[in-house]
Amino acid sequence: MHTLEIRDLFVALTDQPDKPIVKGLNLTIKAGEIHAIMGPNGTGKSTLSKAIAGHPGYAITGGDVLIDGKSILEMEPDERARAGIFLAFQYPSEIPGVSIANFLRAAVQARLAEGEELDATAYYKRLYGKMDMLKIDRKFTSRAVNDGFSGGEKKRCEILQMAMLEPTFALMDETDSGLDIDALRIVADGVNTMRGPKLGVLLITHYQRLLDYIVPDQVHVMYDGRIVKTGDKGLALELEAKGYDWVKKELAAV
Amino acid sequence: MSVSLTSAPSPVSAPATGLTAERFAAHLAQQAPLPAWWLDAKQVAWERFRALPLPTRTDEHWRFSSLKGISFDGYDLSETPASAAPHLPAFPHTAQIIYSNRQVIGRSTVPAELTAQGVLFCPLDEALREHGELVRTHLQKHPAALGGDKFVALNTAFAASGVVLYVPKGVEVDLPFVVQHAITGERQAAFPHTLVILEDNARATLVEFFVSGDQRTHLAAGVNDLHAGAGARLTYVGAQSWSDTTLAFQSNSIVAQRDARVLALNVHLGGRQARHESHSRLLGPGAHSEMLALTVAGGTQEFDQRTLQTHAAPNTSSNLLYKNVLLDTARTIFSGLIVVDPDAQKTDAYQSNRNLMLSDTAEANSLPGLEIQANDVRCTHGATTSRIEPEQEFYLESRGIPPKKAAELLVIGFFEEVLNKLEDENLHAVLRDLIEAKFKAK
Repeated sequence: MHTLEIRDLFVALTDQPDKPIVKGLNLTIKAGEIHAIMGPNGTGKSTLSKAIAGHPGYAITGGDVLIDGKSILEMEPDERARAGIFLAFQYPSEIPGVSIANFLRAAVQARLAEGEELDATAYYKRLYGKMDMLKIDRKFTSRAVNDGFSGGEKKRCEILQMAMLEPTFALMDETDSGLDIDALRIVADGVNTMRGPKLGVLLITHYQRLLDYIVPDQVHVMYDGRIVKTGDKGLALELEAKGYDWVKKELAAV
Repeated sequence: MSVSLTSAPSPVSAPATGLTAERFAAHLAQQAPLPAWWLDAKQVAWERFRALPLPTRTDEHWRFSSLKGISFDGYDLSETPASAAPHLPAFPHTAQIIYSNRQVIGRSTVPAELTAQGVLFCPLDEALREHGELVRTHLQKHPAALGGDKFVALNTAFAASGVVLYVPKGVEVDLPFVVQHAITGERQAAFPHTLVILEDNARATLVEFFVSGDQRTHLAAGVNDLHAGAGARLTYVGAQSWSDTTLAFQSNSIVAQRDARVLALNVHLGGRQARHESHSRLLGPGAHSEMLALTVAGGTQEFDQRTLQTHAAPNTSSNLLYKNVLLDTARTIFSGLIVVDPDAQKTDAYQSNRNLMLSDTAEANSLPGLEIQANDVRCTHGATTSRIEPEQEFYLESRGIPPKKAAELLVIGFFEEVLNKLEDENLHAVLRDLIEAKFKAK
């Protein structure tokens, strides 16, 4: 069983290393589990996911991130990805002139052994299989990555990449933001289809809404750079009913 | 398709080394069976080459160019093709002519149905012998006015390799005509001259590959004359991947008559110093010229690009898009001018130079210009210099793509806007592969 362990993690912006945003966060995700992190804006949720993926704008100033007991902090972003990490972006970049098919092909090729050539026929067969599974039109792959995409198309593109790259741990950064209910359902269906013993998911969200469609095993509340409360899916409903002020007040009372 | 190898050329007296008067005399003697006007033109060009000074720093056309690298000394003209020709990319085509060291080493026949319609695609000397008047009335009829006169004169003086493509009125050819010019051997030179004549409402594509057979020092001075008659649609692609020590010069002249559409795309990959001049003349109302270029400048390479869009008739349009990618300590110079004649009202002209810097030590110079004498026109120009967006790079890397491959994808993506303007998808793929190969070699 694969495990992603976040141990007493501190993260700051690279150019402001003395102002931590994530402040001593602990979390362990096992493959097969879906964890949701909820919390008010500006509490460090996105920072956490970008730092784990190796974004150069964020510096890990303390603690560790380990896959199966091995630290990934010395790894470059592409190495972390090949080690099984997948970041589904809140705002995916537009890459003009690079088709989804070529982009994914490069990503799949990068996972092959040195000198091993990609079997193009098998690749397209697999790609089209995943697209059918996610109910994505085949014309989609000839479009440039996210270039001029609607919010829903961008998220669908993220889900397709996730399906093709089959990560061990997916960090989904506010995947629900800016989506209408139809698009949200497509994303949720995608994640639910991939859900299984080989995939661990960290679902970062501001709203409870997404959790109606993707039911998490655990819900964590993040506040001021730390996880302050953990529970089952009922916690999300409670948060929805009482608002984040409830958590703040509880914390103040302690 | 059959490709026949021609016999080796007839031997001539041992040439003197260098592009000397003796060498020119020997060349002229070899050309003796060709029409007198051609020999006269060569003689005049040789005198002109000798009389014209090397470019100087005060010459506006050569601003920012590295002048000290320009020398014609010590180059030679081999009369024998290299034993092995460089690989010519395979893609669907109508016919091809392959040169090695100025000799035709391969030639496929033009399909009979096209020949029956009067389509002509042959080596320059054959065209001079059999269709002399056609060549005479079009060759350098409208020379590019961009400062490269000395190079053009040298080309005319020594031109022997080259092709003529003639497509009669109303004949449309789908698949491209393909030419390869290869130079092999230390200090070898080539002077290709390409002439394309599309009569009214004709349509055709010509693709030229300029390539070194080895990594030795070469000199290449080429000239193109592209004529598009009324309503004609001409596509020209030139892709050069000379050796990194080659001094290269190319002059492109484009003439578009009423309602003609010309697309010229030049891909620049090779050369120590490569100068490219391109001049479009829009002579008839409704004419359109699409001027495109893609350059990958690496190492200490210098690419020097000069363009002129002359609007000489009303309701004409032109669109220039030159994209450069710069690495290491490479340099690029783009100098472009749009000229609108007084009666060329309703001109719509655009000029854009975009530079993508992959290195802090590379240098991109951009000199856009306008000269407008009509009052009802739309002319815009712009130059941008950018770097790879760190967010885009991270996005690709976060999918497991190594940094080097990520940069390559982003560069190809940057070029794709231009490559997408080609209708021929096979040609598009060939050019993309050629560009990728330069990156893989890095």
